[in-house]
Amino acid sequence: MYRYNQTDQRLVDERVIQFRDQMTRFLDGRLGEDEFRPLRLQNGLYIQRHAPMLRVAIPYGTLSSPQLRALADIARRYDRGYGHFTTRSNLQYNWIRLEDTPEILAELARVQMHAIQTSGNCIRNITTDAFAGVAADEILDPRPYCEIVRQWSIQAPEFLFLPRKFKIAISGGEEDRAAVRFHDIGARAKVAEDGRIGFEIFVGGGLGRTPMVGQLLRDFLPREDLLTYFEAILRVYNRYGRRDNKYKARIKILVKDLGLAGFLKEVEDEWAWTRGGPATLSGDRFQEMEAFFSPPGGALPACAEGTFRKALEDSRPFSRWVARNVVAHRQPGRTIVTLSLKKTGMPPGDATADQMEGVAALAERYSSGEIRVSHEQNLVLPQVCEEDLPALWEAARALGLATPNIGLLSDLVCCPGGDFCSLANARSIPVAEAIQRRFEDLDYQFDLGPLELNMSGCVNACGHHHIGHIGILGVDKNNEEWYQVTIGGREGNRAALGKVIGPSFAAGQIPEVIGRLLEVYVASRREEEIFIDTVERIGLAPFKARVYGEAAWA
Amino acid sequence: MGMIICRGQLVEDLWQWPPAEPPSAADPLAGGRVLLTLSQWLQHRDRARGAGCGVWLAPEEDPAMLLPDLPELSLIAIHFPVFTDGRGYSQARLLRERHGYGGELRAVGDVLQDQLPLMLRCGFDAFCLRTDQSLAEALRRIAGEP
Repeated sequence: MYRYNQTDQRLVDERVIQFRDQMTRFLDGRLGEDEFRPLRLQNGLYIQRHAPMLRVAIPYGTLSSPQLRALADIARRYDRGYGHFTTRSNLQYNWIRLEDTPEILAELARVQMHAIQTSGNCIRNITTDAFAGVAADEILDPRPYCEIVRQWSIQAPEFLFLPRKFKIAISGGEEDRAAVRFHDIGARAKVAEDGRIGFEIFVGGGLGRTPMVGQLLRDFLPREDLLTYFEAILRVYNRYGRRDNKYKARIKILVKDLGLAGFLKEVEDEWAWTRGGPATLSGDRFQEMEAFFSPPGGALPACAEGTFRKALEDSRPFSRWVARNVVAHRQPGRTIVTLSLKKTGMPPGDATADQMEGVAALAERYSSGEIRVSHEQNLVLPQVCEEDLPALWEAARALGLATPNIGLLSDLVCCPGGDFCSLANARSIPVAEAIQRRFEDLDYQFDLGPLELNMSGCVNACGHHHIGHIGILGVDKNNEEWYQVTIGGREGNRAALGKVIGPSFAAGQIPEVIGRLLEVYVASRREEEIFIDTVERIGLAPFKARVYGEAAWA
Repeated sequence: MGMIICRGQLVEDLWQWPPAEPPSAADPLAGGRVLLTLSQWLQHRDRARGAGCGVWLAPEEDPAMLLPDLPELSLIAIHFPVFTDGRGYSQARLLRERHGYGGELRAVGDVLQDQLPLMLRCGFDAFCLRTDQSLAEALRRIAGEP
């Protein structure tokens, strides 16, 4: 993992002092609400429905055990004993007190964490694949690049008042697990024919009010040019992005208005000035950064032989959990374990302080003290020996984190919704729970196979509903909560946006709607065909007919 | 005369702001420390060059328009209509780092103490703050107090 140097530490320490002063001036009336707003947002602080919300950055989703313990401790002392992991791998506290925020930021700084640029019209937390550095299909480990971009983005004074927020994702695997085509900039690792390392660059993707799949801006960008090129894109956006209408201010609108070719020309003209200049990255810089992320000696210690195979045969619950929650690590004998934050009855993505501490201890014992946050809102232990799986499973069960549902229907992604968020049009957590209860039967979920369900409480799309195989969007009609359903969205290499199936539904109807969609799938699927592939093959019509057709709605 | 902060010091602003009426051929420009809008500058360029004039840039204006005249200019004022409009930061960096402008680069308009450290790092060296801002506190921000 990356460890702060003096410069990094000074930056977060000074930020705490600065924000404490700004908060004091706000509370005693010397700093107006309008002037304070961007300052607090740049430090992760929102004013929400019930209380302020603080969003803590978890850079590229990577946490150490001491950091997760500190998050648990903050949850217990300053909040109500829990936190919410978000789809951009951050952590939100929903019940803090405004005046406590500087002290919470000071606590974070003590464990090399911060809440800088988790909100506001600036470059947000950099995200990546939760399996970065350990995935078997990896072209390169994206974390060193994420860290380089993180440091640049929080030290770039030019880009703190952009037209709108700006999100960057970097992915290193053959399969894109970072949704790079749904970010303002998405970079996907690529090795050129001559062996040079670099990235494919996508631009203008995003969800929200105007969902768009990012377009390929550059087929190959040598890694040395990562920052000069990003800076060129940001500068073009900062100068020419729309500022007259916040709904048309994201970079995707600028790309649309200029056309991809026109936008590319602006970027390349700008880049021509800085290409090869002082901000070009050197081989030393990559080596220095890579050293933080590779295990001592280049490989993890070999794992002991044990009783894992036998345990698989002996226990069906265990083998089920392994089938869903454990995937191959690049090093034989090691595995990647996902701890589910999607137990029925718990809001998706929420973890209690006790659970966080429990996971911190498990990571120390079984996973080199490292934890990842996935954009599907689960926690990942990235380096577990196969032989430790039975013991880890027992411990995770005791913490309520061993639901064997990763990638299945009940592993649904969901924003905090109208229960917490002041932007929401509708609640999402109770609807999520109703779906989980209706489809609680694990045999049925296993039979359905991989299925991604995403729900957002408003068009801002924090629940990424557009890219769910099934997407649910809360809408407001005459002050009532209604839910619009889409199908056919997907992330990954075959990224697509879901299509709306028809008029929206009341909350109580949603489980039945899902049930009907699944009936059509089960009746139409070919062998081994997953839900989304069936939707792509047969189209929307059979699903619409079943949902809106003959059977009357109660 | 208003007070501004220039290179860390509180000083009187000796410049005349852009005239409401476009300057005519008869207006004296020489020696008057007159600040012209970009379009006024371009229109009266022959007379204004060498006369000690400065230029006032709006956020949408391209600083590259001043490229041939940069050595003649002793002041460029970049206007922030609202402090959340960040275009001026890019204009400043372009002038300083790309075009090598060495004269006074002043932030004017909705300039608030909390943005001064960012402005300094983008190349501004003078600040005409919004009138409600405490100049004493602004000086402390500029001195690098967090």
